[in-house]
Amino acid sequence: MKILIVDDFSTMRRIIKNLLRDLGFTNTAEADDGNTALPMLLSGNFDFLVTDWNMPGMSGIDLLKQVRADDRLKHLPVLMVTAEAKREQIIEAAQAGVNGYVVKPFTAQVLKEKIEKIFERVNS
Amino acid sequence: MDQNKSSLGDFESTLKKHAVELVDSLEKGRFGDAVQLIHELNQTRDRGLYQEVGKLTRELHSAIVSFQIDPHMPQAEEVSQITDATERLSYVVRLTENAANRTMDLVEQGTPVLNELSSEAKALSVDWQRFMRREVAAEEFRELAKRVDSFLTRSEQGTRVVSGHLGDILLAQDYQDLTGQVIKRVTQLVTEVESNLLKLVLMASQVDRFAGIEHDQQQLRDEKDHEIHPARGEGPQIHADTREDVVSGQDDVDDLLSSLGF
Repeated sequence: MKILIVDDFSTMRRIIKNLLRDLGFTNTAEADDGNTALPMLLSGNFDFLVTDWNMPGMSGIDLLKQVRADDRLKHLPVLMVTAEAKREQIIEAAQAGVNGYVVKPFTAQVLKEKIEKIFERVNS
Repeated sequence: MDQNKSSLGDFESTLKKHAVELVDSLEKGRFGDAVQLIHELNQTRDRGLYQEVGKLTRELHSAIVSFQIDPHMPQAEEVSQITDATERLSYVVRLTENAANRTMDLVEQGTPVLNELSSEAKALSVDWQRFMRREVAAEEFRELAKRVDSFLTRSEQGTRVVSGHLGDILLAQDYQDLTGQVIKRVTQLVTEVESNLLKLVLMASQVDRFAGIEHDQQQLRDEKDHEIHPARGEGPQIHADTREDVVSGQDDVDDLLSSLGF
C-alpha cells in the first residue's frame, strides 16, 4: 500500500505520516502542492492519496479534479484532510469525487476511521 | 472632521441659497446676475474641493511618514512597520514550525524505546509465569535471570531517556509565550492601520461629494464576491460555532456527507 501525502506544511505531512505508520502504512511519499503531486501520482503507482485543500500552486480540490479526469488515476481513493470547513466547500469536494473528508484539527481516531471506511468500500 | 462638515455645509447652503437666487434672476431676465451667481457657486465648490484634496493629501503624507514607506524619507533606512510586522509573523511561523519539529523528533526517538521495553516486558512476563508454575528448569532459569537483570538495566536507562524527552517536549512549548507577544503587537499595528485607512476613506468620500463622483457600489461588491471563490480555500474558520455556512467539527462533516449519500 503506497500512499502520497500532499500538504504545504511539512509539520502536517509529518504528523499524517506518523499516524499512517501507526496504522501500519509505512510506504509513504510527500508532496507540497498539487503541481508536485500530480507527476508523482502519474509515475509512482500510488494506491491512496491524502491531500490538503489550501496550498500555493495547485490546490487540493484542483488536484482531486485532475485525478478524477485522468484515465489512469480516476479510481484512486482520495482523502481530503483540510481546515476548509464551509458547507459549500465540502459539497464541492463531494461532487468532485472525494472519498473522505477530515477537517483539521483532527484526531488519530478520526483519521483511522475514515481510512478504514474508504478501504472497506474500495475492497467491497 | 468638524471642519469637513462645515466646509461641506457651507457649500451646500451656498448651493441652496444661490439656486433660488439663480432661478429668480433668470425669471426676471437678469442674466448678468445669473452668470455672476454661477461663478460664485463654482468658486465655493472649487474652494471646498481644494481644501478637501489638501486635507486628504496631508493625511496621506502623514500616513506614509508614519508607516515609513516613502523611499525618499530619511527613515527609509529603518524597516517600515509593515515590513517589520511581516518579519515578525515569519518569525512566528519559524518558531512554531521548529517547536512542532522538535516535539515530533523527541516523540519519534522516544516511541521505539518504549515499544522495545514493552515487548521485552511482555516476553519476560510469559517466561516468568512459566517459572512461577515451576515449568522452568535450572539451566533455563539462569538464562531467564540474566534477561531479567538486563531488562531492569535497560528499562532504567530507557525510562530516563524518555523522561528527559518529556521534559524537553515541555520546554519546546515555550514558543507560545514569544509568539503570543509578537502576534499581539502585530494585531495592534493592524488595528492602527485600519483606523488610519478608515480616516483616509472618509476624507476621500468628502472629496467625492464636492467633485460629484459616484462609485458603482454594485460593481465593487461584485469584484469583491469574485475574490472569495470557494475553490481558493479560506483556511481555518474562526467563528465556526456561530456561522451557519460552516461546519463546527467532524460530526457535522459526516452528517453533511451522509445527507449527500456518502
